[in-house]
Amino acid sequence: MLSDTLKAKFDQVIARYPLKRSAIVPLLMFGQDEIGYVSDELIEEIARAVDVRPIEVIEDIGYYSMLHRQPIGKYNLQVCTNISCLLRGGEGILEHCSKKLGIGHKQTTPDGKFSLEEVECLGACCGAPAMQVNYDFYENLTPEKIDALLERLRKNSSA
Amino acid sequence: MPEPTTAAPPTTVTITIDGKSMTVPPGTLLIEAAKQSGIDIPSFCYYPGLTLQGACRMCVVLIEKMPKLQTACTTVVANGMVVHTANDEVKNARKAMLEFLLTNHPLDCPVCDKGGECELQDAVFRYGAAETRFLEIKHHEEEKKFSNLVYYDRPRCILCYRCIRVCDEGMDVNAYGIGFRGAHSEIIPNHGDKLECEECGMCIDICPVGALTSGTYRYKTRPWELTYTGTICNHCGDGCKTTLSIRNNEIIRANNRDHSGFNGEFLCAKGRFGWDFVNSEQRVTSPRIRRDGKQEDSTWEEALGTTVARLNNIITRHGADSVAVIGSNRTTNEENYLLSRFTRTVLGTNNLDHHRTADFSSLVGALTNSHATDRYATMQGVATASSILLIGNNPTHQHPLLAYQIRQAVRQHRARLYVINGDEIKLRRQATLYVQVKPGGEADAVRALICNLGPAADLLAAGSTPISAVAEKLKTESNTIIIFGDEIRGEMVGELVRWGLTLPGRTRFIALGDYANSRGAADMGLLPGNLPGYSSITDREARAYFETVWGEKLPVKPGRDLRGIVSGIHAGDIKTLLVFGSNPIKTLKLDGNALSKLDFLLVADLFPTETGALADVFLPATSFAEKAGTVTNTCGQVQAVKRTMRKPGTRSDLEIIMALARQFGRKWPYNSPDDVLREMIAKVRGYSIALPTLLLGGAVATVPEGIPPALERVDLISTSGDSLFTSGTVSRYSKALNSVEEAKRPHDHIF
Amino acid sequence: MGDYENYLKGSPLEVKVITRRIGIPNSASIDVFLQNDGYKALAKALAMKPDEVINEVKNSGLRGRGGAGFNTGMKWSFVPKQSAKPKYVVCNADESEPGTCKDRPLIEFDPHQLIEGVAIAGYSIQSNQGYIYVRGEYRYLLDILDRALQEAYARGYLGKNILGTGFNFDIATHTGAGAYECGEETALLNSLEGLRGYPRVKPPFPAVVGLYGGPTVVNNVETLSNVPSILLNGADWYSKLGSAKNGGTRLFCLSGHINRPGVYELPMGFPLRRIIEEVGGGIPGGKKLKCVIPGGSSCPVLTPEEIDVPMDFDSLSKIGSMLGSGGVVIMDEDTCMVKAALRISRFYAHESCGWCIPCREGTSWLKTLLTRFHAGGGVAEDPDTALDVAFNILGKTLCPLGDAAALPVISILKKFRHEFEDHLKLGACPYERSAVTAS
Ligand SMILES: Cc1cc2nc3c(=O)[nH]c(=O)nc-3n(C[C@H](O)[C@H](O)[C@H](O)COP(=O)(O)O)c2cc1C
Ligand code: SF4
Ligand code: FES
Repeated sequence: MLSDTLKAKFDQVIARYPLKRSAIVPLLMFGQDEIGYVSDELIEEIARAVDVRPIEVIEDIGYYSMLHRQPIGKYNLQVCTNISCLLRGGEGILEHCSKKLGIGHKQTTPDGKFSLEEVECLGACCGAPAMQVNYDFYENLTPEKIDALLERLRKNSSA
Repeated sequence: MPEPTTAAPPTTVTITIDGKSMTVPPGTLLIEAAKQSGIDIPSFCYYPGLTLQGACRMCVVLIEKMPKLQTACTTVVANGMVVHTANDEVKNARKAMLEFLLTNHPLDCPVCDKGGECELQDAVFRYGAAETRFLEIKHHEEEKKFSNLVYYDRPRCILCYRCIRVCDEGMDVNAYGIGFRGAHSEIIPNHGDKLECEECGMCIDICPVGALTSGTYRYKTRPWELTYTGTICNHCGDGCKTTLSIRNNEIIRANNRDHSGFNGEFLCAKGRFGWDFVNSEQRVTSPRIRRDGKQEDSTWEEALGTTVARLNNIITRHGADSVAVIGSNRTTNEENYLLSRFTRTVLGTNNLDHHRTADFSSLVGALTNSHATDRYATMQGVATASSILLIGNNPTHQHPLLAYQIRQAVRQHRARLYVINGDEIKLRRQATLYVQVKPGGEADAVRALICNLGPAADLLAAGSTPISAVAEKLKTESNTIIIFGDEIRGEMVGELVRWGLTLPGRTRFIALGDYANSRGAADMGLLPGNLPGYSSITDREARAYFETVWGEKLPVKPGRDLRGIVSGIHAGDIKTLLVFGSNPIKTLKLDGNALSKLDFLLVADLFPTETGALADVFLPATSFAEKAGTVTNTCGQVQAVKRTMRKPGTRSDLEIIMALARQFGRKWPYNSPDDVLREMIAKVRGYSIALPTLLLGGAVATVPEGIPPALERVDLISTSGDSLFTSGTVSRYSKALNSVEEAKRPHDHIF
Repeated sequence: MGDYENYLKGSPLEVKVITRRIGIPNSASIDVFLQNDGYKALAKALAMKPDEVINEVKNSGLRGRGGAGFNTGMKWSFVPKQSAKPKYVVCNADESEPGTCKDRPLIEFDPHQLIEGVAIAGYSIQSNQGYIYVRGEYRYLLDILDRALQEAYARGYLGKNILGTGFNFDIATHTGAGAYECGEETALLNSLEGLRGYPRVKPPFPAVVGLYGGPTVVNNVETLSNVPSILLNGADWYSKLGSAKNGGTRLFCLSGHINRPGVYELPMGFPLRRIIEEVGGGIPGGKKLKCVIPGGSSCPVLTPEEIDVPMDFDSLSKIGSMLGSGGVVIMDEDTCMVKAALRISRFYAHESCGWCIPCREGTSWLKTLLTRFHAGGGVAEDPDTALDVAFNILGKTLCPLGDAAALPVISILKKFRHEFEDHLKLGACPYERSAVTAS
């Protein structure tokens, strides 16, 4: 069952467009933010809300790389290794995260706290190497900064 | 970004392709213009009648003054355009596209169903690129079973999106989508990993490669091991052309890849998969005779001999009118014509009828009375109509081709469709106006439509469009085609026709009958009161006419209709019943001993049906695929069926009737179905059709004319309400149709 | 957000037009905006005839900052005056071109400048609805924009009867969900209609048949952010800021091996060499320059011999590259160009929408070939094969992503062929270390 706040958000977003189906991707994003992933129920609800067939929602999900059908960690580390970050050690940062968390690309730690993802250019090229944790940007990264960050996040998540 | 042109378009444009100058109408696509002058530009994603994709890039051509190669499938001709379709730059580009396609293609042509008829294979032969420089590992994926009838092989798929479009735009089923992105893109079905659809298999035929394959055909054989025969589907009354592929006396598949016939590439699930009843091992292959209570195998000689002896005996003891004959909705015109002759001249009775699923007689009578026998609409006509009024019936299930033609008209010619129905039929989605009446309320609705009076309060379903709205709109339309089902019968047909003819333009009509030759059964007079060609048995001249044609007297006494025959059996007046290709126990919902009072029951059929099980003599008949002849579709268009194979031991109804006539001492002047056809063409009113067109596989419209007797009881007309996956009795013997999951859902299930 | 301010370091060489408010505390708030001539341009525009606004923009020489560099006023002028269907303005904030991060500060620190630009564009084509399509990763910018939009509505700069002129205009934000291709204007429109981000066949162009079939102007964030200044100070003033036919200033994103990476606003036509050496402070560790990507990863790379080029659309296309999106990526002497080509190819293979054959199959072929090659599994034919594959993509795809994938690879294969030979000889990457040493 979707929360009332989310339902309200749905109505408010759908109202922005002359064509309801325009809201599909935003609804998937906002829904995923609340639920943690794109659940079957979310697909059904969205299809109903914008009156399309579920397969049309599923087509979108497959296309957009930020949408995932499985639950992921509380904190999703998205490390950029595209050209600007590559040149400033992005791959090293990815390796470091991977070692620290003991997981690889698109994997989640057993405790469900962290996921790791190698991503394409995040638009933080001048702050390379950079990554996003969920929606938050972290730039000019070094292994030390990563360690400190992971510490903090661990505390938060257990708090 | 060039400036968008706003200048008024010229009336014709002149362009030059490979040196040839040509003029075409403005708005023509370059790829079509080229085709018109015999220049074939290769294409995968382009498909006439479907939306443009510009995806496969095979159709690239060089247009002078354009910076780079352009796709001919998306380029609209412009005056003075100079185009090169075959220079090296173009050839290399196409070769490159093919090399790209082959990078992840499995190249399993030797085992692939499409091997030998694959558009990718053909293109590679034409442009080369067979040897690839691709050294990487191809990504492999297991074949997916979308349904029992449709399989998908991603590695073979070139993503031309034809399947998606034919399913959306052609079928209005929308069962396909695209999953994932980039090189991982793939075709996905609408219900998890399964299809829920009409199982028409259009996606299989339209697939240029072997990505979508048929559950009934896959890995069975190779195209070049087959012989192909174009014939007519034997299921519904629409008359789709279908090509049967035969290998050693067995049908392997049916499709219409040469797009011959008014159905173009269309075939429904029954047409594409439902022919397999012909191969069924439940077919009866030897005559059977009942001896002390149980049927035993016998010989043709004995079976026919017994039949004639019993008939002679009964006729002499109880008179000719103690005999009754029930004909078929599926047998050929030639067979029906001879059955009509046999019953009236040899047996000497008019007790002849068949399961009537539409009131063709009343339509012919009404149009004749109004001197409007030029107003029969054709199947092609529907696809190009500008206005259609559909009353009753559910074409999506009962007339899949007609439904397809209606959708074509709406999508490609912006036709307006007006629907009056007691049910939420799927075609309401295409309707400009949709009047939902209470179940069975169609006839009352027509009355309201005609008298333009407000309908009875309880006639319309809640929230339905008022009938007056349709009446008003139709006054503004012209050349409307009026299509009606069994709900409209008897004098309602007359009223509808008379009103329809007052509408603007050339209003035309179609009555919807269920089966492959329901129309032909009526045309050939498998009706108590009708002689072939809709003249009345009570009409002295008409009788005299056929008495000279057949050289024998015709009985005058009016015959019994189907209900009359049943009650006659019950009352003991009918002692003998001859049933050809019909299953009255089932269609009339009779209980098992309704026929028990008969002295003698003959049944000729393919299968041991409920009625056949009771027969004293059972004659194993042949199917449509095993005999030559003609059938007439529900619009009155005649087409030829061809003999493709023959189950040993069986005989066609024509052969059976001829043999019986011979044993009764008749010397009929026919040596083949063609002889019968020639006589029909010469003697049956409305059937003076062009033989060459017919023999070349064309459909020839008939113009029946006559004043047959009026319909006495409306309950003589009733559809059997088949679904997309049923076809009376025969579909019960089709493995393919029985395997359809969707068939297990409610009949009116809308996909 | 993040360490963002850190790299808006600024430079004395900058000419600040659209970044002039950045640095003022609270610059994103409407009050600060209004204290610094906010929404004056909108008022001025609404007092003009729509065509006059379009001509002003046309004459300013403002060219699209999204990459294609098409004259903005000209694009607006293609929109039919009469239209049965509603007209739309769509702001392209999908910023995804590797090496590009300029739209981000513009939205983060001056959202009202953008909103004002969108509204003016809307008035000039007589549209009543604008959308701002923000890439999914920029969620925090979506929130900043939504807040700014609320402020603008509250103060009557959006909505019904704006400033009492009778002009109605609404703006809504829209979030993407991770797809570079959705930056391509027609793919963006499909995405905005809730479909997969597949590009559309052109013509018709969006200006004629765009969003929901209505005439639509699609412009980049930076492009639209320039519009208010143009209206305030005049076309003349603006065009004189830049070079011939390249009006105004533009944001350059310096990244890679450079001492002062950051976003800088410089006059159009500013020499690339000075950008690297003076604005960016040269290459770390005094290393030598190996090559530069002048305008985002889809541009052909330039060698040290080529960097005396003025940074404007025409000068760069003259030397066979592009100004693109202003992403200047500097690579020093220790950079492996095979690796660079591989990484760029990986990106385009990942982002290909998969609609058309040459891009779908070609990009993934390049990716797998270069991956194998860089890992030491190369064969002598590979460089030529790769070049062929790239040329077979070039100019044959439905949308320009195919070209974007082909051009950089072609330029690297041509200008740095010897590095491919070195890999073959060594059977491994001679530079492996440098790629991963953090600076
Ligand atoms: C593959 C591809 C990606 C693009 N991505 C962007 C983008 O992220 N942002 C953008 O403003 N323009 C992008 N463009 C350019 C747009 O198609 C379009 O030209 C631009 O938004 C027009 O605005 P402008 O004239 O103000 O530059 C992209 C083009 C292509 C072919
Ligand atoms: S070039 Fe083709 S496949 Fe690539 S992104 Fe454009 S349309 Fe999609
Ligand atoms: S046929 Fe033209 S692109 Fe496919």
